[in-house]
Amino acid sequence: MYVAVKGGEQAIARSLELLAEARRGDKAVPELELAQIREQLRLGVARVMQEGSLYDEELAALAIRQAAGDMLEAIFLLRAYRTTLPRFGYTRPLDTAAMRVRRRVSGTFKDIPGGQVLGPTYDYTQRLLEFDTAPIPTTQPADTALPASMPRVLDLLDAEALIERIDPGSDPEPVDLTREPLMFPANRATRLQNLARGDEGFLLGMAYSTQRGYAENHPFAGEIRMGEVDVVICPDELGFPIEIGSITLTECQMINQFHGGNGTPPQFTRGYGLSMGEGERKAMSMALVDRALRCDELAEANQAPAQSQEFVLSHSDSVEASGFVQHLKLPHYVDFQAELSLLRTLAVQHTADADEQPLSVTTGAQA
Amino acid sequence: MDTSPHLARAQWMSLLAQADPAELAAAMDAFAPPADTAWLRPAQTGLYMLRGRIGGTGPQFNFGEITVTRCSVQVGERIGHAWVRGSQARHAELAAFADALMQDPEQAAHLRRQVIEPLRSALEERREAASRKAAASKVEFFTVVRGE
Repeated sequence: MYVAVKGGEQAIARSLELLAEARRGDKAVPELELAQIREQLRLGVARVMQEGSLYDEELAALAIRQAAGDMLEAIFLLRAYRTTLPRFGYTRPLDTAAMRVRRRVSGTFKDIPGGQVLGPTYDYTQRLLEFDTAPIPTTQPADTALPASMPRVLDLLDAEALIERIDPGSDPEPVDLTREPLMFPANRATRLQNLARGDEGFLLGMAYSTQRGYAENHPFAGEIRMGEVDVVICPDELGFPIEIGSITLTECQMINQFHGGNGTPPQFTRGYGLSMGEGERKAMSMALVDRALRCDELAEANQAPAQSQEFVLSHSDSVEASGFVQHLKLPHYVDFQAELSLLRTLAVQHTADADEQPLSVTTGAQA
Repeated sequence: MDTSPHLARAQWMSLLAQADPAELAAAMDAFAPPADTAWLRPAQTGLYMLRGRIGGTGPQFNFGEITVTRCSVQVGERIGHAWVRGSQARHAELAAFADALMQDPEQAAHLRRQVIEPLRSALEERREAASRKAAASKVEFFTVVRGE
């Protein structure tokens, strides 16, 4: 049997042209500028940066335009691009307590020091399509700015020793999944890196499953804060730390019930989510899944999909998942020929068997 | 920022990196690189891995990367360095050049007045404005007293 192994170059070249044409659309319509994507599609840009695992609004905007708005394709483009850049080093840990807050809400306490600040959110919109472009209002600033740093809401519970403390301990060097393979069991730092890169839709579904009873952990949104955090590095050439710019982050601290166990008294436990840009849904989903994945550490029954490290962490990455699902489009001619000839042989055998015992087959079907 | 002997330099380097690239370019317009300027390390974009802390306070984890552009320049005897977020070579070049000039006592005062201080006030103004706008959406709860 012969299988074509060459050919198709011309067809592929034409396909790429068609793709470029289709991406551009009607040439009578002006092409999107990157600044328009960055400014007016900022939540899409944030998602591509987060799951592409690279904070750069310009590159994310470019990827979104090139991918014609297909977020997973844009994420893939960003992941591919990052492999061409040298790694300079690791930043100092981001200090989210010093965040210059633009949004901060708590689902657990009404009166929190610093107050609840709604910021820009879709939460209070009516979800009605606005056919007429309304004039953009200019927000009248308040007379006084927010406090320079907002205390963490969970510290209120910490003062009463009703919630677990999370200290750096010996501050171990975390695994870096961009350089080391994912190994099981994965510790919490490794899991959080995986979840941070993970597909929002997948994590949202997993998080939802925990709320519907597949891993009971009774969550409350202790605090969600969004705003700007300085990025600090300490280059060898200098020997002292400097700020190199600030980035927008969304942090979610989930509070979960815990009945005590493994030598720990009954207290609230925490799930943690962190996302680039205004990524509230992602940060909340991440926090719920983070907490569900702590079942072994907290001696809870490990029985739901969201509690299974291997299930969650192996299937969270959209680049891997999309690649494996979509590779089915590639030629499997030889594989399929093998299956086909096997099936033909079986079919001939089946007919021969049926010819020998026609009555028993008919009787069996009627019974 | 810690109180090290490098505090002043760390502060101006941070300000140069946090500056709006267009504002920095405009402010640096009056300072042309002298003939003996040597670009020791031309602007190069690479990655830093951002580190977070579990729960905000706990052990570190690798969160995702960020583009950073670095540049080193020698002006006379002084070497200026820059690391700036993003991929803009020009921003890093200007910041490195300004860092070199700031180490020269003869130039520092002039540069501080013309570049550093205006950048600082622009940054503070931007932050103040953003914070006051956010503060406008702060919830003012009021309690309805029921019964007697």
